[in-house]
Parts: sequence; C-alpha cells; structure tokens
Amino acid sequence: MTITTLKPESAAQAADAVRWALSAGEPLEILGSGSRRGLGRPVQAGHALDLSGLSGVIAYEPEELVLTALAGTPMDLIRTMLADRGQHLAFEPPEGGTLGGLVASGLAGPRRISAGSARDHTLGIAGVSGRAEAYKGGGKVVKNVTGYDVPKLMAGSFGTLTALTEITVKVLPAPEDTATLLLFGLDDVAAVAMLDRALRSPYEVSGAAHLPAGIAARSGVSAVAGAGGAVTLVRLEGFGPSVAARVTMLREELRADAVLARDESLAIWREVRDGGWLGADTDPHPNPPPLGGGGNSAASPQQHSIPLPRPAGEGRGGGIRSDTSHLWKLSIPPSTGPSTVDAIRRTLDVEAFYDWGGGLVWLAAPPNSDKTIRAALSAGGHATLVRAPEAVRAATDVFQPLPEPLMALSRRVKESFDPKGILNPGRMYAGL
Amino acid sequence: MKMPVPDSGVIARRREIVEALRAIVPGEGVIVDENELRAYECDGLTAYRQLPMVAVLPSTVEQVSQVLKTCKAMGVKVVPRGAGTSLSGGALPLADGVLLGMGKFKRILDIDYANRCVTVQPGVTNLGISNAVAHEGFYYAPDPSSQIACTIGGNIAENSGGVHCLKYGLTTNNVLGLEMVLMDGTVIRLGGKHLDAGGYDLMGIVTGSEGLLGVVTEVTVRILKKPATARAVLLGFPSSEQGGDCVAAIIAAGIIPGGMEMMDRPAIHAAEAFVHAGYPLDVEALLIVELDGPAAEVDHLIDRVEAIARERGACYARVSTSEEERLAFWAGRKAAFPAVGRISPDYYCMDGTIPRKALPLVLQRMQEMSDRCGLRVANVFHAGDGNLHPLILYDANKPGELEAAEEFGNDILRLCVEVGGVLTGEHGVGVEKRDLMTDQFDEADLQQQQRLKCAFDPDGLLNPGKVFPTLHRCAELGRLHVHQGELRFPDIPRF
Repeated sequence: MTITTLKPESAAQAADAVRWALSAGEPLEILGSGSRRGLGRPVQAGHALDLSGLSGVIAYEPEELVLTALAGTPMDLIRTMLADRGQHLAFEPPEGGTLGGLVASGLAGPRRISAGSARDHTLGIAGVSGRAEAYKGGGKVVKNVTGYDVPKLMAGSFGTLTALTEITVKVLPAPEDTATLLLFGLDDVAAVAMLDRALRSPYEVSGAAHLPAGIAARSGVSAVAGAGGAVTLVRLEGFGPSVAARVTMLREELRADAVLARDESLAIWREVRDGGWLGADTDPHPNPPPLGGGGNSAASPQQHSIPLPRPAGEGRGGGIRSDTSHLWKLSIPPSTGPSTVDAIRRTLDVEAFYDWGGGLVWLAAPPNSDKTIRAALSAGGHATLVRAPEAVRAATDVFQPLPEPLMALSRRVKESFDPKGILNPGRMYAGL
Repeated sequence: MKMPVPDSGVIARRREIVEALRAIVPGEGVIVDENELRAYECDGLTAYRQLPMVAVLPSTVEQVSQVLKTCKAMGVKVVPRGAGTSLSGGALPLADGVLLGMGKFKRILDIDYANRCVTVQPGVTNLGISNAVAHEGFYYAPDPSSQIACTIGGNIAENSGGVHCLKYGLTTNNVLGLEMVLMDGTVIRLGGKHLDAGGYDLMGIVTGSEGLLGVVTEVTVRILKKPATARAVLLGFPSSEQGGDCVAAIIAAGIIPGGMEMMDRPAIHAAEAFVHAGYPLDVEALLIVELDGPAAEVDHLIDRVEAIARERGACYARVSTSEEERLAFWAGRKAAFPAVGRISPDYYCMDGTIPRKALPLVLQRMQEMSDRCGLRVANVFHAGDGNLHPLILYDANKPGELEAAEEFGNDILRLCVEVGGVLTGEHGVGVEKRDLMTDQFDEADLQQQQRLKCAFDPDGLLNPGKVFPTLHRCAELGRLHVHQGELRFPDIPRF
C-alpha cells in the first residue's frame, strides 16, 4: 500500500525522513532493495523509506577481517569485493539484496552450524531509531564487549527497531577447497543419525543435509539427481591438503557412496542454501520491488534457475507441489528433525528436507498448516513461514508466537527504540 | 570513580529487608555478618571494595525470582555475582544493595551429545563444562584465563573470550539458550537446543550485559569436538612492527590460527624468568601461533606460517615437536600476569582492542606515556583479534602510584578508541571503564543503550553504577522531543 517512497542519499536525510514520519504520525516501510519484502508480515504503511541510496563500501581491510559499508550497498558488490581478496561472509547468506537487508533479516546458510549466523558477524551498526535519533552501536574491530551488543539485536529485527544506515561486518578467509560426501538411500532417521556421527567427528564438517528421494531428484547436480533415491550430504572445507585428508578419513568412517569435488559441491550447497526445490515458485522474490525505489540500484534479483524435473510419484506429496503450498523453515534440536516431520506428516501432506544436521527443516505444506506445524515442535524451536502470498502472511503468525512474558519484553524493547511504532510496524508480529 | 550515593532510607530499612529475604531463602542463605560479608566486598578488580548491605545465596529459580520481585517492591538495588573474577568491577557491591550470589547453582543439568550441547546452572565453572564432556572428546570453546574459577553465568554477563576466540568465538557465539529472571521476578527462556531464538535476539543483548538486564539461572552452550591435533610455533622478531606484519600476513594468507599471541620484551623477560619456557631473550616481539585441526592441515599450515614469518623478518622460529613442547610454549604466556606480578609489587591489567595495523603506533605512544609517568608497562596481546592487554607496573604502597597507574590506563584506552578500536575486548566495562564510555560513544548512543535497559529494568535496580557513566530515569529517557506537525515534509528525493 506504499504511496510515497522517500529515498535519502545520506544518513542525515534518513534521520530527517524518520523525523518527519514521527511528527506526522506516518509509519514507514523500511526497504533496502526490496528483495526480501516477501519475508515477514506485510507492513501497513503509506510511505516507504528506501535506503538503497545509501550505497558504498566505506572501508575494507582484509587483514583486519572487517568491512564497513553503507546499509544500502548491494550484497553482490560486497561479495565480489571480498572474493577478489579470497574472503567471504562465512555465514553463507543467500545472494542478492543489500547488506542492511541481509542483517535486518538475519539470514544464514548451511554453514550456520559451524560459522554462526548474520548476528555472529555483525560487529557494528549506525542507524536512525524510531525516535528519529541517529546513533551507533558495537564497534569496527572483531573483538569488542563495550556496552550492550546492539548489533546482534539488529540482526533479524526486520527493520522494526532502527533504520540501519551503516554496518560493519566480520569477514573471513573463504575456504580454498571444498568437497561433499554423499550417502545414498538412507531414510530420514538413519540419515540424521549419520549426520550426527559426522558432526561428532573431529573433521570440522561445515554442511550436513539430507534430501529425501523426491527432493534429491530435483537437484541440478547430476550425481545427486541421478542417485535414484535419498541423498545425504556432508561437506568438508578448508585448505586443499586438509580437505583431501579429511575426505579420505570421513569417507571411510561413514562408508560414503560418493564424493562431489569442488564445483559440484559448491552447486549442491547453493541449492541447499536457497531451498528452491520446494514449491513451484523458485523466485525468492515473490513481490516486485516498490515503485520507484528499491530494485534499481541492486543487482538484478534473477537467481540461477533451479531445474525442476519432478517425476510424478516422487516424494510423499505425490509429485509437483502446486502453487498453493507454503514454505516453512523450522529451527529445532537437530536430533528431533525426523520425528518432528513425522508428527506433521500424520495430519498434513508435506514435503521436507533437512539442513544443519537435522536442525533446520525446510517444509512445503498446504495453507493453514501453522497450528499443526507449531504443535509438532514439542522439543523446542521455532517455525517461520518464509514463503506465502501477502494475504496469508498478513493473517498468519509468520514468526513463532512468543510466550506472553517474552512478548511483553519484546514490546518494551520495540518501544525503547520506536515508541510510536513508526518503523516497519507489524513486520514481525501484529502490534509490534 | 564515584558509585551512586547510597540511599540512607534503604540502609535504615536493613532489618526489614533482611527479614523479607530470610522469608524467601532460609537459614544460612542470607548473610548479614560483617566478617562473612567480607568475602563479597570486591571482585577481580581489587582496588575497589565495598561491603554489601546484605548477601543472599538462593538455590532455586523460584527463590531468585522471589528475591528480585521483593527487592523491586521494596525499591532495593541488587548486584548479581558469580565467582567474582571480573576484572572490571562488574560485581562490586553497593552499600545500599543486596548482593545476589549464584554460587549454589552448581549442577550440570543435561549433557546431550546428539544435539552437541550441555545445559548447566550458572554457577558451574567454565572448565567444569569442558571437564564434564572431555571423556567423549568434546569441550566448551571459550577459555578465559580464569576458567578454573569463573562461572558460566559470569561468562554470559561479561561475554568472556579467551585465547582461542578468533577462531571459535566469544561466549555469545557459543550460547544456544538461556533462562533468566527479570527484576520484576518474571522468568523467561531464550533459545534452547536449536539455533537462533525466535523473535528478537535478546540472547545477544543479554550476553555481555554485565548483570544489568537480568539474572541468568540456566545456560545451554554448544560443545565442540576437540581438534585432532594442535601444534605451536614460537616466532621472535627484532621489532614489534615486524611481528605485527607477520600476523597480518598470516591472516591475509587465509589462515585463522587457533591461537595467536604476542608478547613484548618486558613481558617475554618476566615470563622467562618465572617459568623458563625457553623463550628467546634477544627479541622485541614474540609470537606464539597455534594451529589446530586435522594433522594434515596442521602440518601444512605450520610450514606456511614458518615461511611467512621468515619473509617478514623473523629472527627466531621453533616449531613444537611434542605435546610437552607445545605446552611449554604456552606456559610462559599463561603465566605472564603472575610473572609480571613477581617483578612489580602490583600491576594493573588493561584490555582494549585496536585495529591490528595500529599496533606499532600504539606501542610507541604507550612507551612515551610510560616514560612520562614513570611507570613501566609490559604487553601481552591477543594478536589475532587486536585485543591488547597492557600490564601497568606500580606500587600501591607508594602514595599516588595507584592513581597514576589508573590515569595511565585510561590514557591507553582513550588511545585505543582514538585509533579506531574499543575500550574493552573481553573484560567488560564494569566500574573500571564506565567513565570512559563517553570517549567511545556519543550521548545518543549511550541513551539508546539505557533505554534498552529500561525495557528490562525500568526502575534501574539491577547493578546500577556499572557500564553507564550517567544514570538517567527511564521516564526522562523515554521522553520524545518531536511533536506533531512541527516539521515540514523533508527535503529528500521521493517518488
């Protein structure tokens, strides 16, 4: 429902925009490139604050392991800059969008299990609170405990606390080599047990996923798609001689069936990271960028398309998911992955695959499944609806509902930054 | 350094407060005897001492909740305490406050190898966690040098680090779940055995909050498999500049060592005289680089590190060939603080972080300051992450030397901020660096942090006088200065 998009060109202008919104009582939708607008609840705001004009890397010092950039800097630019110096953001975030959007949505990929998430790599921030005050938090060095760790609170707060204008992130050397062990034909329980064994080994596993037969068949990596059944994946990364040695030892220990070398290993983990196998819509940007703002400065949101050969009869769902299925991510204790999916399956027709050693379940489920899915999280954890039409996201708890004492505290935290509810109201929780 | 003025009205109600606490925690759990209270009068920052009004040692979460709720109702301040090893005065008591000791929360509640995590009560020591899982080849990664004594609850409060945190992270990167009690007695749970908490990352804010936001009553941490191998290389350099270059070159080569420590000449000499680790005495900077991981990796990287060091002008290099030798390399570094304690009646340990490239400048300026104030300084340095620990040598029995050492320390920390670093890398702000916070943060930055505190503790009763140099009332902090309709539409591009 955006009517007007404000596009500041400096942090001072961003503060002006928020000051105006505050005085006029007009909520703002906070946007980077708009690439993750489909994540979270739709924001009811007549105005958008488009921060993609705040673009540019301020400082990048590879030896100091830090990079500082304006929040609207396209991630593709940062990614390329880091790659040129053999570095990366170790938490393996999805591609596209802006640095600010990435931190605000708190995303991480398969390497979450060993390298942490966006929150673990966000060292410092500057931004404008809902009080229209410019402030900063954290620092620009890798080790800092001075004051509250405000940058961590910003990670995953979806722009509801502060319109971020500048961010300092920790950057790390990218692994020189990578390889992935494949185990064929395991059921979910046996697979997660095998991933547990791999993760308990001293071989520094940095990816641990399981693709049931119907999912594996959709992979663009021929060794996975052609396995003819379920495929369990264990990734090893690091210096060449180290990867080679660990592949040999762990292959023996797990009795792995095959090994993917570098290129195919990179390809399969991109697929695991993006979860595009589930749902017919492989475009991770279900909504177009806002009119006039957003998308223009960011790189094209086109992703490499994921092939969709889906033989009928594959997967429990009986073949291709219709457009009506919704995509969920469940973060749960790893050992409970298979039993959680099993519990959901008793009443719902779902498709699922596992990452994070069983601790992350990607789940395609029919509409109106939220209560069943959340009821299955008996051992703790949380479920997030990551893809559904706007009307559904407006009417569903997209993020895990919190127990009332925690919700009350969260409301007070929100008020401490944004007492009038100007910034992205309702993006995470109704009334927050 | 001033603490908040004690409220004589509260002190006058001491008997009533003690009775209320005794109704919650029976028997010896409430301490009023002055001699017994002495045990709590300071933490690791021994220059500051204050007897608490009363100490209470609860043993259940319910008791913690009732104590806090009661103190809130009575308007009484509370200072939480773990093992009391804080180096920044985070557990310094208040004359009009209750000291809440968590020492009775000593149980390991759950060891879950299938989810690679351990759940403990907050009074379990850092090393206690590693010891509990050692027989399965696991350990808890953050390893502050006080790890034999310090508790995991205190580690949460301080976001403790250690020599291995460049590779394995600080406390905050290794915590999965927390149970905590707010000042109003509410018990909340954050996270669990899964990754990432739902909703806001409150665990991220609570970790490192120095006991100002809540009292932690249960902690779930992730455990890691011990690296298969660890080897260390000892490198000597004719100048600290070359040592610093070597560190940068190692990282630029894509190597993140398990540990990378630097010592300057005074620290090397003190350590060698104390433990005879075999350190070279004719170098200006000594680096210990430890590589850990699979044997193939460690062997490969040791060679590369040695080659880089030679390129960067190392005049001494020795690779450990046995576990005993590796431990000997570390023995000197680990004994650096007591070693300095042998050559000086007292020493004051500082803790700032700098961008590593600023090291030569910072060392040079520190030497100038040292010459000016006449106090010697020895440096140990977590070189990988730029965390500097200057040890200022002084004699507390000489009038004015403590004050001079503190002023020297403050100047060092200001210098850290000036070159782009921060006041504290792992010891916390506490009372020690509280009044320097305005050197690193603007008023707006500090006020926003204090508003966050208000969300947890609106009356400001939990550990006041720590971290923030100026105390504001929450009502004052919450006041908005922008009024309806005063501003015209901002003059910025719009579409």
